[in-house]
Amino acid sequence: MTMIPQMPKSWRLESKPHKFCPGCGHGLVLKALGEAIDELGIQDKLVYGCDIGCSLLSWDFFNVDSVQTHHGRTTPVMTGVKRANPDAICLAYMGDGGGYAIGSQHLVNAAARNERITAILVNNCNYAMTGGQMAPTSLPGMKTETTPYGRDIKEHGYPTQGPEMVAAITREGAYIARGTVANIKQLKGFIKKALENQMAGNGFSFVEALATCPTNWRTNAKDTWAFVENEMPKFFKVGEIKNPAAKEGE
Amino acid sequence: MGKTVKIALAGEGGQGVQSVAEIIAEAANEEGREALYIPNFGVEQRGGVSIAYLQIGSEPIGSPKFQKADVVIALSDRAVVRTSRYVNENTTFVYDTSIEGVDELLPRNAGRLLGIPALDVSKKELHPRVFNIIIMGAVVKATGVVSEAEARAAIEKKLGYKFEQDPSLRELNFKAISRGMELVEKAQ
Amino acid sequence: MAEKPIQGEKRVFMTGNEVVAWAALAAKAEIMYGYPITPQNEIMHYWTRMAPKYEKRFLQTEDELSAGFTTIGGVLAGRKAFTATAGPGNVLMQEPQAMAEMMRIPIVTIIQQRGGPSTATVIYSQQEVTLTTYGGNGEGLRIVFSPANHQDLFDYTIKAFNTAWKYRFPTFVLGDGYQAKLRESLTIYDPEERGIQLIEPETTLGKLRVSSDTEPRHIRNTYNTEEELLEVLTQYFEDYEKCAREIVEHDQFDCDDAEIVVVSHGVVSRAGKGAVQELRKQGYKVGYFRPITLRPFPGEALRRVADKAKTLLFVESAQGQMAKLAKEAIFGSTVAVETLFKPGVGVTSEEIVTKVKGMK
Repeated sequence: MTMIPQMPKSWRLESKPHKFCPGCGHGLVLKALGEAIDELGIQDKLVYGCDIGCSLLSWDFFNVDSVQTHHGRTTPVMTGVKRANPDAICLAYMGDGGGYAIGSQHLVNAAARNERITAILVNNCNYAMTGGQMAPTSLPGMKTETTPYGRDIKEHGYPTQGPEMVAAITREGAYIARGTVANIKQLKGFIKKALENQMAGNGFSFVEALATCPTNWRTNAKDTWAFVENEMPKFFKVGEIKNPAAKEGE
Repeated sequence: MGKTVKIALAGEGGQGVQSVAEIIAEAANEEGREALYIPNFGVEQRGGVSIAYLQIGSEPIGSPKFQKADVVIALSDRAVVRTSRYVNENTTFVYDTSIEGVDELLPRNAGRLLGIPALDVSKKELHPRVFNIIIMGAVVKATGVVSEAEARAAIEKKLGYKFEQDPSLRELNFKAISRGMELVEKAQ
Repeated sequence: MAEKPIQGEKRVFMTGNEVVAWAALAAKAEIMYGYPITPQNEIMHYWTRMAPKYEKRFLQTEDELSAGFTTIGGVLAGRKAFTATAGPGNVLMQEPQAMAEMMRIPIVTIIQQRGGPSTATVIYSQQEVTLTTYGGNGEGLRIVFSPANHQDLFDYTIKAFNTAWKYRFPTFVLGDGYQAKLRESLTIYDPEERGIQLIEPETTLGKLRVSSDTEPRHIRNTYNTEEELLEVLTQYFEDYEKCAREIVEHDQFDCDDAEIVVVSHGVVSRAGKGAVQELRKQGYKVGYFRPITLRPFPGEALRRVADKAKTLLFVESAQGQMAKLAKEAIFGSTVAVETLFKPGVGVTSEEIVTKVKGMK
């Protein structure tokens, strides 16, 4: 029997095949997100925002009202929507630059104000769409277009640990987790809980997803998986960090 | 070499279109000709049609892009469609004969249509890796912007270090240039 | 002591972004601050590769606001610092540029224009003229060079450092995505070997104080009363007027008996030149005018041309951003105006020829 891969109902057929590179982690994260939207039945209430960078290629990905914003500004745009219409389920989708560099002030402030939005950040350790420059999450020693001799910790510090930072500035009501495309089932679980956290009106929800970028990592399939499965978790711990639902003895 | 020759090379990402254009531009520049090469580029890192705009002449080149090309080389169905806008009655349109359904897509207003079995030759006679070098030979013959000797010198400059390790590569690449030139000669 | 990046002179064939990196090295720039945005990224790529060899520094900042402010910091620390950006990054950079204008801080910025507004295209335009010449919340006390080819890009990037440090206004090299990505030939050279004196930077903050009698430097960009502000600005306007005469540059030919003068800048002026040459060959009385500095704008020179011509044809890859500067500069002239505006799209000499032939 031939297995035909199922596309999530919330995915938009007309924009497939998508424009991401072969081996890109975005496709997997968006699949997990699509399935989560289906299972929660929130397609009609969802407002989807994406950033600049490879995430912008998802602007017409879903059968959902979507907006492609400016670099780092997806969080405040979704914040604006939610504040004006609390019934909408607002999802801000961005990359490591959009969340931890140019968008960091917005991420920090949305978290501090406990904005009831869900942010999903795809972490592939580089600025992929612009050609592979260093990102806040690039690993020590990693060669990128702006660290051609390797990221020097002395010069550029350690990779940003975003969920941990957000956890430090949020109080009760926030949901924070880090998943990986190497464990899609777990990632989907985190995304679902993050959306449910918003639906329950608890507070800010944030999921970082470790993802692959063979194009800019210049790795073959085997090495690509090795990098996301073995190297990245050395600096980015996979798992749930904060879960208000768990606190209530679930 | 008088009037500026305007060349558009187009193919799928990975077919080596930009490398060929860059090598020819550098070769022409080495010979003291005026050369300008610019790739097309959009947001996507991969996929999409890859187009190289090449202008070579004796006078400094004006605008980096042009409206109509003297020679178009199209290596895929999408490339044929995408480059039709650069075609008029003065254009020589070179295309790969292995493109599926190409006959329906060809621009009828082209001055000359030259079909060459470059992909076939690269697969059966030479090596798929030198497909774009065959194309380079085709460009050289179709436009006359550099001589075969100059094209060889340019390849030597670019890939010489690889040839040192494996001299048979040199022969293969030089043969590819000649074959490319022959294919255009035959199609004319 | 690191070796000189360019010794003597050399004919090369490279992309515009690479040219900028070499020019900055040749000008003895010491540190670059930047943030990724297409189509200027390769300036950073080349700079970071060459930096260790020539003992240069680099910082990739968290965004363009920071890139602008860190560049200001570098300059205040007494180093030749520069940054580069494009499009939305240029919009963000207006805040630090305004501070540099107010405080007379000589930062050098290379802009590689792309489609606008907003993200638009990553490719090309001439739509950042207004932003680069008069952005920020001030009076546009800036110097803007518009290069047309790689030789210009090299020459004027070097000149930008000298101009900024001599006259103390933020200085821009306004390129575009086509120039950034195209390959053509140019001669790179060591400016000092050509007799171009490179202005030495001065330290504003952090200079080692020789004795406790030496006054520390206190600088600010805030004033308490309207009159205070006006006094400062009036002095700046005077300074700008004076140096404008030394800085302003343009190029023109065949304007003396021209009925129609094609006015274009940057990469479009190449098409303008080709068109005018072709039209003259065909017997048309056409002239060519190219502002090289957009700020200060060569208004006097254009006025003289406008007084003799019947029509000025403004050609640009924007919806009249250069035309607006020109019209303001020649206010009072009764010359007729025609336009060929293609915002975000390249212009070829053939199009200009067709346009002129269609004009009456």
